[in-house]
Amino acid sequence: MIIGLDVGGTHTDAVLIGAEGMVRDIKVNTDPERLYETVMSALDRLLAGQEVADVKRVVLSTTLATNMVVQDKLPPVAMVVSAGPGIDPEHFRVGSHYFRVKGALDHSGRELEPVREKEIHALGAELKKLGLPAVGVVSKFSVRNAAHELAIARILESYVDKIFMGHLCSGALSFPRRIATTYLNAAVYPVHTNFFTAVHSSLAKKGISHPIRILKPDGGNMNMSSSLTYPAQTILSGPSASVMGAIAHAPKDKTCLVLDIGGTTTDMAIILNGAPVIAQNGIEIGSYKTLIRALLTKSIGIGGDSVVRVREGKLAIGPDRGGAAMAHGGPQPTPTDAMCVLGMIEQGDRDKAAAGLAVISAELGLAVIEAAEQILHTACENIMRAADEMVDQINSRPVYTVHEMCEGVKIRPDYLLVLGGPAGQFAGRLAEMFKGEVEIVPNWRVANAIGCALARTTCEVTVYADTARRVITAQGEEYHREISRTFTLDDARKVAFELVRKKAAARGANEEHLKMEVLEESQFNMIRRFSTVGKNIRVRAQVKPGLIHGYDAESGTLNRADL
Amino acid sequence: MLHAKNRTGLVFFPAFDWAISPTHPEREERLLYTQDQVFEEGLLDIDGIVELKPDLVTIKDIQRVHFCVPDPWKVSTESHFISAGGAKTIGMAVMDGTIDRGFALVRPPGHHANRVVHGARGFCNINIEAIMIEYLRRAYGVDRVAIIDTDCHHGDGTQDIYWHDPDTLFISIHQDGRTLYPGSGFINEFGGPNAAGTTVNIPLPPETCDDGMLYAVKNAVLPILDEFKPQLIINSAGQDNHYSDPITNMNISAQGYAQLTELLKADIAVLEGGYSIEGALPYVNAGIIMAMAGLDYSSLREPDYEPEYLRQPASLTRSIERTCDEVMTMWRRRTELRGPGKKAGQYDTRNRQIFYDTDNIFETQEETVRICDDCGGSLRIDSISNRRRILGVHIPRNACPACREQGLQWYEESSSSRFQHIFLQDRITDRFLEKK
Repeated sequence: MIIGLDVGGTHTDAVLIGAEGMVRDIKVNTDPERLYETVMSALDRLLAGQEVADVKRVVLSTTLATNMVVQDKLPPVAMVVSAGPGIDPEHFRVGSHYFRVKGALDHSGRELEPVREKEIHALGAELKKLGLPAVGVVSKFSVRNAAHELAIARILESYVDKIFMGHLCSGALSFPRRIATTYLNAAVYPVHTNFFTAVHSSLAKKGISHPIRILKPDGGNMNMSSSLTYPAQTILSGPSASVMGAIAHAPKDKTCLVLDIGGTTTDMAIILNGAPVIAQNGIEIGSYKTLIRALLTKSIGIGGDSVVRVREGKLAIGPDRGGAAMAHGGPQPTPTDAMCVLGMIEQGDRDKAAAGLAVISAELGLAVIEAAEQILHTACENIMRAADEMVDQINSRPVYTVHEMCEGVKIRPDYLLVLGGPAGQFAGRLAEMFKGEVEIVPNWRVANAIGCALARTTCEVTVYADTARRVITAQGEEYHREISRTFTLDDARKVAFELVRKKAAARGANEEHLKMEVLEESQFNMIRRFSTVGKNIRVRAQVKPGLIHGYDAESGTLNRADL
Repeated sequence: MLHAKNRTGLVFFPAFDWAISPTHPEREERLLYTQDQVFEEGLLDIDGIVELKPDLVTIKDIQRVHFCVPDPWKVSTESHFISAGGAKTIGMAVMDGTIDRGFALVRPPGHHANRVVHGARGFCNINIEAIMIEYLRRAYGVDRVAIIDTDCHHGDGTQDIYWHDPDTLFISIHQDGRTLYPGSGFINEFGGPNAAGTTVNIPLPPETCDDGMLYAVKNAVLPILDEFKPQLIINSAGQDNHYSDPITNMNISAQGYAQLTELLKADIAVLEGGYSIEGALPYVNAGIIMAMAGLDYSSLREPDYEPEYLRQPASLTRSIERTCDEVMTMWRRRTELRGPGKKAGQYDTRNRQIFYDTDNIFETQEETVRICDDCGGSLRIDSISNRRRILGVHIPRNACPACREQGLQWYEESSSSRFQHIFLQDRITDRFLEKK
């Protein structure tokens, strides 16, 4: 059996899925101050009376790291940065202890200025005096050549407990984002480690000793030991849980718009021919722009409990939430009250809801029923407008080749998947505005936890080969080999797949069922003085995000002996 | 956090799958290291800098500027449509006010493309700046435009297109034409009879350094711009004045380019040449972007930058000062330079031979302009290449009735027995016709 558990801002959802399909699903309130207790109480309720020996896989998505970043509760860590010429790295300062050191590399990873050992030793002594446990080390262009980060780390090793290096975060270029990402990894690490160690040992006491897997914002998971190297990759995993929960119901030949309508927000994403669309850049959270890969999602402040007002004679919905709906004793009118008035929901005090909407309807000069209709209509309109904006954003992504420019197909959603609390009530209204089929995701109440449970273990690898210098490197994987001058793109692809396979296995994937793909590849003839001196080859490959092998979306059953 | 002082738009289109030929300087790899540098510096993440996806230009956009022989598809590729489209995208964003300034970092370039196009010259097929400018004039009613061409090679194509246009100031700063392709761009090339003075050439001696280039900008370009009062300033931002460029002989650094950009305050910059793809382009492009956005570029430099080796001798400085004096004298006397005995209603003819080095085509051209005090004057271009003979008639966008009448008459009178193609570019109605 598999446990999937998704801690959200308001609710924590958990499911237990077995060969026969859903065994149990539960929903508890989240106590953001006591996440460990929240998780454990959810697991207790989920497993009550179950045969725990059958649980073979546990996947969690938590707001632990997200909350730390958003609430600015990150512990002090040191950042050591070597930049060389270019934008002053002072602009990329993060945290309370930010140190700039000598050393520079160029865009091909060639050394321009060496690391000064003496300087690093002196810095190490200072860090020790400051009592900083963890340090992030980042040099510009370290994804082309990690030598400087490694040299600095080697020296600092004897002064600090834990070192995070920028080149391991991602193969992508962006020095400022590498600094922010490395910082978040270092800063999230201690709390992350304590939390998951505690969850793991509690589960072990219950008899579940399988490694915990943790969901990432790109819709894949990794096991706990990998997460200790990349703890920041657990940030903002929530929206991906819902998308992965919807993915089983997204037809392979459609462009699906996924709407997860909650109490406070609506999160949206696109599933293109069965695969979720990944954001072009890493996630942005608080003031941090990172290299943490994520599904492309957009969140707007419209949900069942959004505050409804009249501004300049027009309805305005959200983005704030004043509490529960008035039908449930809340302070301000909401779309939920509109549904209550229209008799679309059973629960709630209809008189209270009507009283709340009376103010709105008076201002609009409409009957209460009409006002309620208009509230739902406006909410749906706003959601669809935001969805259009997201689609436009995808369609206006820059491309860098004539081929992509000319072949570039614009996406247009032709299938709508709705989940979340008021999914059923909104779906009908949304259908009137949407050209295409509209489906409510089955089990929409806990689809996010299902997504968590069924998500694949994923990873990504970037390979860079230069046949003039006769090297192939994948800095994130600590891979560096000599190659012959006749090395080809085909060879580089093989190396990339081999590295993906290795990395995925280390993260807990079953190698038998690995679905790998090339994300980007290019090769350039390097011409110097009018003759070809070599090839510059770049390959980015990944485990395709999706659901684990053996899950049957039609029946909801799990046909796999090892689970 | 970094904020751009000026909202700056970037179109980045490196055309990673397009080359003139595999080992040609204008090849796939050209902007690869620039992309690496721009991405790694995080320039596109800076608040106030936005990356825009290029639109494609239309056939109509191209025909508003060029007589393509036999047609636009035969003399250009998709890549040209995108690179011109990138310039157009930036121009539109500036005019719409979504950005303050913008840089079209695109390839292939365009400033050697003349009004008549039989093929590629100097790696250029269609003039991407002119296509953008004429589109903006049509769509936004822009009138006075200045183009400052800071490519190391004389922008002879742009000069040709605006030779007769008194509303377009074209200034080219470049390595002396006696020492470099295309061998033109001398001080005495100052525009046609209806537009005397609005073409300005500032040839600089080989080995000019930052100081010399910036001297010319401060002492010639800026004063002329001040007087001309353009509504839009376009920079044809070639980067081959760089000290490491393999096909030129100048000594300008990334710092020099950034300062130049800061001084020019161009609304729109468009990449032209520049073929030191590893040693110069990553740094020069970063410098231009930073300077346009109003960011501090003082710690930007090339890995091998040694300022003490980039000082020009005093004799060279004096020579540049003399050139600038001469340029300014010409500019001040521009109304007198219209030429003796040229009266409105008469005609002026120039005969030229144009070599298309990239495509190995030889063109012989006779261009006739109606002398006019009221407009740029209609043009009649009789062009023979080793493949075809065509007639192109151009009626300028603000043509006076007499010139328009003349243009239409030239078109009507022409006989298809003499020409394979007869084109009419009527900018008053924004029409492009071919006589059948």
